Amino acid sequence: MTTETLPKQENADSALGVHVKGYIERVKGGELGALPAVLGLVILCVVFSILRPAFLSAVNFANLFTQGAAVAVIAMGLIFVLLLGEIDLSAGFASGVCAAVLAVLLTLQGWPWYLAVLAAMATGAVIGLVLGSLVAKLGIPSFVVTLAAFLAFQGVVLLLVKDGTNISIRDETILAIANKNVPPAIGWAALVVGVAAYAAIQVLQARRRTARGLVSTPMAVIAARVATLAVVAGFAVYVLNLERSRNAAIVSLKGVPIVVPLIVILLIVWTFVLRRTAYGRHIYAVGGNAEAARRAGINVDRIRISAFVICSFMASIGGIIAASRANSVDPNTGGSNVLLFAVGAAVIGGTSLFGGKGRALDALLGGAVVAVIENGMGLMGYSAGVKFVVTGSVLLLAAGVDALSRKRAAATGRR
Amino acid sequence: MSQGPILELRGINKSFGPVQVLHDVAFSAYPGEVTALVGDNGAGKSTLVKCIGGIHPIDSGEYFFEGERVHVSGPRDAAALGVEIVYQDLALCDNLDIVQNMFLGRERRNGLVLDEDTMEEMAAKTLAGLSVRTVKSLRQQVSSLSGGQRQTVAIAKAVLWNSKVVILDEPTAALGVAQTAQVLELVRRLADKGLAVVLISHNMNDVFAVSDRIAALYLGRMAAQVKASEVTHAQVVELITSGRSGELGLKNGNGAAS
Ligand SMILES: Nc1ncnc2c1ncn2[C@@H]1O[C@H](COP(=O)(O)OP(=O)(O)O)[C@@H](O)[C@H]1O
Ligand SMILES: [Mg+2]
Repeated sequence: MTTETLPKQENADSALGVHVKGYIERVKGGELGALPAVLGLVILCVVFSILRPAFLSAVNFANLFTQGAAVAVIAMGLIFVLLLGEIDLSAGFASGVCAAVLAVLLTLQGWPWYLAVLAAMATGAVIGLVLGSLVAKLGIPSFVVTLAAFLAFQGVVLLLVKDGTNISIRDETILAIANKNVPPAIGWAALVVGVAAYAAIQVLQARRRTARGLVSTPMAVIAARVATLAVVAGFAVYVLNLERSRNAAIVSLKGVPIVVPLIVILLIVWTFVLRRTAYGRHIYAVGGNAEAARRAGINVDRIRISAFVICSFMASIGGIIAASRANSVDPNTGGSNVLLFAVGAAVIGGTSLFGGKGRALDALLGGAVVAVIENGMGLMGYSAGVKFVVTGSVLLLAAGVDALSRKRAAATGRR
Repeated sequence: MSQGPILELRGINKSFGPVQVLHDVAFSAYPGEVTALVGDNGAGKSTLVKCIGGIHPIDSGEYFFEGERVHVSGPRDAAALGVEIVYQDLALCDNLDIVQNMFLGRERRNGLVLDEDTMEEMAAKTLAGLSVRTVKSLRQQVSSLSGGQRQTVAIAKAVLWNSKVVILDEPTAALGVAQTAQVLELVRRLADKGLAVVLISHNMNDVFAVSDRIAALYLGRMAAQVKASEVTHAQVVELITSGRSGELGLKNGNGAAS
């Protein structure tokens, strides 16, 4: 046992050393964090760009975002449920139900887009309230509740989309979400503001902690983080701002798809909630040790229910994005592989199926991996069958990594 | 000490379904003293503690705090009185760090946002006040701590709140010799600071090393509550195993306490 209470920050070099050593120790101890997803993403991108140069084109790059958006958003909501060690198998079809509500109100009832969107999101919240209450109050395992809902919601979508095989969406605003782009200048401006704000928050926080004599993140680490964000996001904005139209003279196609800033805002909001609020802290606590949370006076049932509400609410946003991208809603919206991809995205991103571990960012990292696999394999000309098999295997692989890292954590006394 | 009890229970009954675990139990804890609560496995010690902490509602009986009748119907009620419990299973979240665990359910906030810095400072101060120097960083996950360190965190969590009564359920059961000594030292220090400490233990050496009073539970009944200086090891063991010892204890193993 060492005999320091709080290592005071002696100088920047040793603080950096401690930081890096701490990270390496955590990885060795089984806390892999974002590592597998980032490595996987890099490898997949390299492989696909070598095999299919078209993978690297600006058009395809933009496609990746609009293709993966709905799944990533649904995954972000699922993370709240996964953090509690629960599962929501109905999130896919919940998004379908909400999309169908949107389409019916918008196209068949002629509601204005904002009311239809509100109604769709309210539908999501109510779905979550019902599912969460069944799990928390009645004590039915979430697996069963949401499996039943999975089937029932599939039926609800069929009932809502009764005339013909689909309802097309004609509202300009809704269509814009996945089909229109942010003007390039605004994209660049938002990037600069975003990176600057991130840097400012990190630096201010470190300064404040140093001033109070607390251990703070070394400046070198902050610089590395800010640089990484600037390079990755800057590259994305740069590529998305390239001309993607085959015939730019007739119609210009460039800029960041509107759905991207939407996802970034959701990411910031949920990251804030999880990391900076007492509510977020309680989610982790309930996922880590529900009994300890209860004894700490936390209303565990309310936390459970709220997680399902957030999950279904995010599914509704995912459904709206999917409807926008497809220009229509049909009985299969939110069906087939959507749920599997969303769960896969969360787990591949580093969220544990055992609860207590996960971040909102995981949904994007894992969602990117899933989108790249689907997109790249599509370019290679593989059939849907092969894509399903591969994505299923990747999910299993991620779940295996999750289980193994948990075992390793137990072996090294981290659990 | 001549002071009256800060915490006093009278006639507590508690059943789980058809099984009555506590029968007409009386119990007191005094400021500045360590009261040992002893009893065989299954005697109802943990259940009694959970009733005090508001985890289990009591079926009947009276709960006095600082001389006044109170109703404790949840962990927050007990905490509001200044009663803190270190549970046998510690009730720490492995996936949270030391500071996060110490403030769980009672986080400091600036408006909507958690005030991490203040919480970290208070945690550091509390640990320093307990002369704890065995943790490397307050921001390490509890899963990476040793048994003794976890116990220390759990105790620090309990005293963080200027609590008046701290109850420890078998704090040394899973510890080695050196760590046990450290924790007992900590227990004594709490009482010397003026807190009422209740220590549940199986180990007679531990009990006699730190306690001022001893309360013995036998099959869910309070066999006796006596001053530690007035009884011997053997008498306490007898109270634990048969509910009586000479003049002390239950009259017929089933009747009321003497
Ligand atoms: N939640 C519960 N539900 C049912 N029975 C319980 C519960 N908690 C404790 N008991 C029973 O109450 C009795 C006393 O248990 P406990 O208070 O844990 O004893 P001790 O801590 O003295 O070893 C045991 O017989 C135990 O099985
Ligand atoms: Mg016990």
